[in-house]
Amino acid sequence: MRFRPSLLLDVGARSMVPTLVLVSLYVLVVGHDEPGGGFIGGLLAGVALLVVFLAGGAAQVSRVLPIDPLTMVGAGMSVAVATSVAGMVLGAGLLDAGKLELDLAWIGKISVGSTLVFDAGVYLVVVGLVAMVLTRLGAREETAP
Amino acid sequence: MTSWPFLVVAAHFVGAAVLLAMPRRSRRAAVVVALAPMAAAVVMAALAAGAVIDGDPVTADISWLPALGVSLDVRFDALALIFTFAIAAIGMAIITYAAGYFAPEADLRRFLALLVGFAGAMMGIAITDNLFGLFVFWELTTVTSYLLVGFQDEKGSARAAALHAILTTSLGGLAMLGGFVLLFQAAGTATLSEIVASPPSGTTTTVALVLIFLGAFTKSAQAPFHFWLPGAMAAPTPASAYLHSATMVKAGVLLLLRLAPGFAATGVWTPVVLTVGLATMMIGAWRALRQTDLKLILAYGTVSQLGFMTALVGLGSPVMLHAALAVLVAHALFKSTLFLVVGAIDHQAGTRDIRVLSGLGRRLPWLALIAVLAAASMAGVAPLLGFATKEAAVAALLDEHAWIALAVISVASALTATYALRFVFGAFGTKPPSGEVDHVGPEVAAPGPTLWGPPALLGAAGLVFGIVPGAVDAVVSAAAPGGKLVLWPGWNLALGVSIAIIAAGVAIYAAPAALAHLQHRVAARLAALHVPSAEGSYRWLIDMLNRVADRVTGITQNGSLPVYIGVILITTLTVPAAAWIGAGGALPQLPPLGSAAEIALGVFVAVVAIAVLRAKRRLAAVILLGGVGYSIAGVFVLFGAPDLALTLLLVETVTVAVFAFVLGRLPRRFEEQPWRLGRAMRAGVALVVGGFVTAAALVTNGIRTAPPVADVYVELAPDAGGRNVVNVILTDFRALDTLGEITVIAAAAVGIGALVMRTRTQRRTDDVPDTAREAA
Repeated sequence: MRFRPSLLLDVGARSMVPTLVLVSLYVLVVGHDEPGGGFIGGLLAGVALLVVFLAGGAAQVSRVLPIDPLTMVGAGMSVAVATSVAGMVLGAGLLDAGKLELDLAWIGKISVGSTLVFDAGVYLVVVGLVAMVLTRLGAREETAP
Repeated sequence: MTSWPFLVVAAHFVGAAVLLAMPRRSRRAAVVVALAPMAAAVVMAALAAGAVIDGDPVTADISWLPALGVSLDVRFDALALIFTFAIAAIGMAIITYAAGYFAPEADLRRFLALLVGFAGAMMGIAITDNLFGLFVFWELTTVTSYLLVGFQDEKGSARAAALHAILTTSLGGLAMLGGFVLLFQAAGTATLSEIVASPPSGTTTTVALVLIFLGAFTKSAQAPFHFWLPGAMAAPTPASAYLHSATMVKAGVLLLLRLAPGFAATGVWTPVVLTVGLATMMIGAWRALRQTDLKLILAYGTVSQLGFMTALVGLGSPVMLHAALAVLVAHALFKSTLFLVVGAIDHQAGTRDIRVLSGLGRRLPWLALIAVLAAASMAGVAPLLGFATKEAAVAALLDEHAWIALAVISVASALTATYALRFVFGAFGTKPPSGEVDHVGPEVAAPGPTLWGPPALLGAAGLVFGIVPGAVDAVVSAAAPGGKLVLWPGWNLALGVSIAIIAAGVAIYAAPAALAHLQHRVAARLAALHVPSAEGSYRWLIDMLNRVADRVTGITQNGSLPVYIGVILITTLTVPAAAWIGAGGALPQLPPLGSAAEIALGVFVAVVAIAVLRAKRRLAAVILLGGVGYSIAGVFVLFGAPDLALTLLLVETVTVAVFAFVLGRLPRRFEEQPWRLGRAMRAGVALVVGGFVTAAALVTNGIRTAPPVADVYVELAPDAGGRNVVNVILTDFRALDTLGEITVIAAAAVGIGALVMRTRTQRRTDDVPDTAREAA
C-alpha cells in the first residue's frame, strides 16, 4: 500500500485529530463514573493516529507523536506498575486504590484517584501499541512492493 | 505498616530508576545518585546495629498479596545486618571505583543503575523473612546480574557468558521455587524464621531441601554448576568485584546459613552439602593454579572459597556456621580488593595476562602492597582477617574430629596459598625476558586515586579487622553463636595445621615444574576416563535443547493458518464439551424471545456474517467482518453496556484498518476453491463449533447455581468511588488482570519493534557485498 497524499483527507484530518485526542482524554478522565476509561480512551487516540496515518503516512504519525511509541509503552507500564506498588509502600496492599482530594478554590473540588493514574498507564500502553503498529508495520507496508 | 529496612531497599530501586532517567553525560550526578541509597543503608544498619546484635531484630509485615499468603515479612537480624552492611559499604567503594574505571564514552549511568538495582535486590534477599519474597529478590539479582555480565553487549562472548549465567542460575532458581512451595506446604507457613523454629520433617521436606540446594548451589557456583562463574568474568571488573566475589554468589551460602539451624540435622543435609562443598573447594583451587588471566585466577579462587563456606555449613553445627560466616566476611573483603587491583592493572596496562605483565611491582609499589595484604588474607597469613577466620574453621574441624573434611580443606587451602603467591608474583613480579611475548610493566602510568583508593580501604579493613577480630566477631557471633575469632590462638594444634598449610602452599609454588606435570597427568587421566567437563556438559545440554526445540517447532508450527485456527476451535469445542457431558449434559433452555429491536439486530448480524462468506473480494470481506463487529456492538448497546460497545467499535475500526495494510500484499480477489475435502472439513468445524457455542450459551444460562459475581461488583462499586462498574472492575477490583493484559499489549508492541527492526538489519546486511561483510 503506497502512500498517496489526498487533499480531502488532509483537511479532514486537521479538524478531526485534535477533537479526537481531546475526546479521548475526556473519556479517560470521566471513565470511573461515565462510560470510558483507559482502554477506550487509548483506542480513541489510536483512531486519531489512524486518521493521521491515512492522511499523511507513517512518517507523519512519527512527526505528530511527542515521544517514541516504544517509550510511550514503557512509560505506560511504569505508571501502571508504580501506582500498583505505591499502595504497598504507603502501607496498604498491592494494587489497593487510594484517593487524593484537591480543593482548587474557584474551579471546585476534584479528586484524583489512584485508579485514574493507573488508567492513564493503560491509556499510554494502548496508544503506544497502535502507534507502534502504524509507524513500524505501516511504514513497512508503504515500502512493500 | 512499613519499616526502615524495607524503605532502604525500595530506595535502591528508586535510585536505579532515577539513574536510568538521567541524561547520559552527567556522570558526577549519577555517582551521587548511586551512592545515596547505599549511604542510607549504611546509616540504617549502623543505627539498628546495637539492638540487632543484642538479639532484637527489626521486624515488620509488609503485605503484598495477602490473598495468596505472600508478604515481605521484613526481619532485620544480625545476618541481615552483616549482609546489608557489606552490600552497602563495598557497593560504595565499587561505585567510586567505577567512576574512575569507565572510559568517558562508556554508559556509566546505565552501569550504576544496574548495580544499584542489583544492590537493592541483594539487600532484599538479606532482609526478607518470607520464602516467596526471597525468591522474587533472588530472581531480581539473577536478572540484574545477567545485564551486568553482558554489559558490553556489543561483544558476542559477553552475551554468551551472560546467557550461560542466567540459564544456570535461573534453572536453579526454578528448582528452588519448587522447593519453597513444598516447604510451604509441609510447614504451613512461608515465614522463614517460623519454619526454622519448628522445622517440618518427612519425605516432602527432604525433596524440598534437595530442590532448594539446587538453587543455592547454582547461585553460589558449586560443582558441577561452577562453570558459569569464570565465564561471568566477561562483566566489567567493578561488577565482577561486587557480584561475583563480595555479594551475589554469597546468596546461596546465605540461604543455607538461614536454613541450617532448622535442617542441619536432617539426613540429607550433611552428606549433600558437605560433599558438594568439598568437591567445589578442590576443583576451584586446582583450576585456579592453571590460569594465566589474573581475573580467572580470582574467579576460580572464588569458586574454591565458596566451596569452603558451603562445606562448613554442610557440617552444620553452631561452631561451623560461625566459622562459615566469618570466612564469608573475610572473603568479601579480600576478594573484592583483589578484583579492584586487577581492574586497576587492566585499566593502566591494558592486559591481565601474567605472562605479559612484568616489573609492575617496582613501578606501582603501593598497589602491590594492597594486593599483598589482600592475598595474604586469602592465604590465611596472620595478622589478617583471613587468618583469624581460617583458624576458627580449622579449630572447629579439629574439635569435631571431622578428619576427611579437615584433610580436603587443608589440601585446598595449601593450593589457595599457592595461587595467592601466583597471583602476587604474576601481577607484580619481574619475569626473565623471553622471546615469545613483549612484557608490559615499567612504562605503565600510575592509576588515579579513584582506582587505588577503594581497594586500599577494603584491603586495610582486612588488616584492621584481623588485628581486632572482636569487631567482626561481635556481629558474626550474634548471627551464628558458637565460635570465637581471635588474633592469636596460642600455640596449639590448629595453629600447627595452619602453618603446615602455608608451608605446603609455598613449597608447591616453589616447584612449578612438578605442579605443571601433575596438572597435565590429572587432565590426561580425566580425559582417558571420559569424565565430562562442566563446560562440555553445558554445551551439550544447550545444543540438545536447541535441537529438540527445532524439532517441536517444526511439528507444531507448520505455518498453515487453517490448521492453527482449527486447533484453537477444536480445543474450544472439546474441553468444555467434555465438562458438559461429564456434568450430566443439561439440555439447552430457550430464553424468552427478545424485543423487536433485539430480533432485528440479531437477524442483521446473521445476514452480514453470511455476506462475509459470499464476498468475492478481500477488501469487501474485511469491511463486512467489521460490520459484524459493529452490529454486535449494537447488541451491547441494547443490553446497556456502553463501555463494551465503545471498546468493540474502536477495536473493529483499528482492526479493519490494520487488515487493510496487509491486503496490499495479497491478490484482490479470493481464489475460487473447489469443494474438496479440505474445504468441507473447514465448513464442518465452523458449523459444529458455532453450534456448540450457541448451545453452551443457552445451557450455562439455565444451570447457574451460585449468585452472579456481577451483583456483588455493582453493590461494591460506589464504595470504590466510581459509578461506572466496568471501569471500577478494570482499575480496582480486577486491577491485577488489567496489569496482566497491558503487559501482554506491551509485549506485543516490543515484538513488533523487534520483528521490524530485524527485517531492517537483514535488508541492510543483504545489501552489503560478501567481501565487505567478512572484513567487518
